[in-house]
Amino acid sequence: MKVRFWGVRGSIPSPGPHTMRYGGNTTCIEVRSDDNSLIVLDAGSGIFPLAQQLLKQLPVQANVFITHTHWDHIQGLPFFTPLYIPGNSVRIHGGFDIISGRGIDQIMEVQLQYSYFPVREAEMRAGIEYVTLNIGEPVSVGDATVTPLMLNHPVVNFGYRVDCNGKSVFFTGDHEPWGNIYAPEDEGYAEYQQMVDMQQGQLDRALAGLDVLIADSSYTAAEYPAKVGWGHGTLEGHIAWARRLGVKKLVCTHHEPTRSDDELEQVFAAALASSGYVPGGAGEPEIMLSREGLELVL
Amino acid sequence: MSALTPELERKLGVAVERMPAFPRSVQKILELTRNINCLPKDLVGVVEKDPVMTMKILKVINSAYYGLPQKITSVGQSVVYLGINTIKNLALGFAAVGILPRMNAAGFDIQRYLLHSLVVAGTARQLATQFAKGEVDPGDCYIAGLLHDFGKVVFAQFLAVEFRNALVHSVEHAVPLHEGEKIAIGVDHGPVGAMLAKRWAFPEHLIDCIRDHHNPDAEPSAMMDCLRVADQVVRYREVGDSGNPWRETEAIAAPARFGEDMEALLAQLGTLDKIIDDAMMFAQVGHEK
Repeated sequence: MKVRFWGVRGSIPSPGPHTMRYGGNTTCIEVRSDDNSLIVLDAGSGIFPLAQQLLKQLPVQANVFITHTHWDHIQGLPFFTPLYIPGNSVRIHGGFDIISGRGIDQIMEVQLQYSYFPVREAEMRAGIEYVTLNIGEPVSVGDATVTPLMLNHPVVNFGYRVDCNGKSVFFTGDHEPWGNIYAPEDEGYAEYQQMVDMQQGQLDRALAGLDVLIADSSYTAAEYPAKVGWGHGTLEGHIAWARRLGVKKLVCTHHEPTRSDDELEQVFAAALASSGYVPGGAGEPEIMLSREGLELVL
Repeated sequence: MSALTPELERKLGVAVERMPAFPRSVQKILELTRNINCLPKDLVGVVEKDPVMTMKILKVINSAYYGLPQKITSVGQSVVYLGINTIKNLALGFAAVGILPRMNAAGFDIQRYLLHSLVVAGTARQLATQFAKGEVDPGDCYIAGLLHDFGKVVFAQFLAVEFRNALVHSVEHAVPLHEGEKIAIGVDHGPVGAMLAKRWAFPEHLIDCIRDHHNPDAEPSAMMDCLRVADQVVRYREVGDSGNPWRETEAIAAPARFGEDMEALLAQLGTLDKIIDDAMMFAQVGHEK
């Protein structure tokens, strides 16, 4: 299995001289199973350069998995060029939106309203199929299996675990670890904490034996108190999580759009230091920042 | 037992989905959500005091879509699963439906109903903590208390004429309201509330409690004991009777657990003032007598 990063930025594309090394495109990760089946995790602006790459070998059979429908995870979809070419097939997977009461089938329709985009969905010539996923129910893609797990974000957000011939990778999408909404002195604190612990335990069990964890690490621990409830995690928090899970590799992604490459490296180094991280230490995962073009082979 | 036709069941189920919530919670939700940094616990504090909002949240979280390993009975737990922003959006949606009018064609005062439900909920939780420790989750007893009479507010909204007749019958013949309902409607509020709870895949023990709280032949449980006796305590204290006043001839529903003397039970239970004061403020009503 191969994993390649095409977009690693959170919230909004952030091109420019300060983001040259890590990249300014929003989230898009290409996963190739052992039989070369194509799994695309999220359709941020990074899906556009991926599309250019895919056009070199037609027809394209793409399996897109949307973690959630916030703009930075879907905004590249109308520019996924294979959608316009007859003979290609694109299967778009995602969750059910409680607020609108609709499945993932609304993802294009909402974006392609005529005042906002010149092409209608009916004019896209590829075979397009929508699959609204159920929590925890795996789907097969070639020789890989993709399992959606419910995480914590302002909208329904699925993390996807991809398993292929004994290797596995999990991408959180946007995720803020569950926290207690009560203060320790409040009456409901203990009961709520029990529910939070249960939820986290359930996720950890679903990630047993995981090789690579790709996690939304938007903030530093110091920045987090001002961002509680925004739906994102921290570098320090995910380092601890990766150790607890015993994964081989942690890739920190969804970089803050205002962070320059230099700043990103500084906060990353500081997080590693404050976590007492020893590269190559016994039982320690390998920890890295995601960047456009980074490729992992599992 | 239910005399409701399948068609009426379906109609009531659909109607309840469009049912407005209580005035105070609608107002509080609108107020809280104007501030982007509103505290999640404050939102939960409002939703869990409103039987309509609580019903609707539990309906979403227990729907087949989530396929959760266990059924959910608390608003707090729904927040853990769905996230506070989703709960906030759902609550805003409920608030947008409008507010339940205080009076209706049935002549049933829904704010006094709310007072009754809230005090029964709080009392059932306290009874569970004191008298059924380890047997039943006090939070479950709270929800059972909050939702046990939901059928009444459904009657008042959607079967107003029949429900008015039931209320009149129970006063004129000095019988409990559920007896009047059986005569005027053909079924009492228990099975109707339970029918909705079942339709929305609520947990079995909660459905049982809602259905059978006036059925003396029902299988007893710690939750049912706490609910029934909480209901009696509240009516005895004349805090809010939800159309069913205390009768001198009534005996404590679960004497094995709570004894036979209501005054002695009240003394053991201690003051309920905080539960009552909070409920009165939220239901926006004064003392009944």
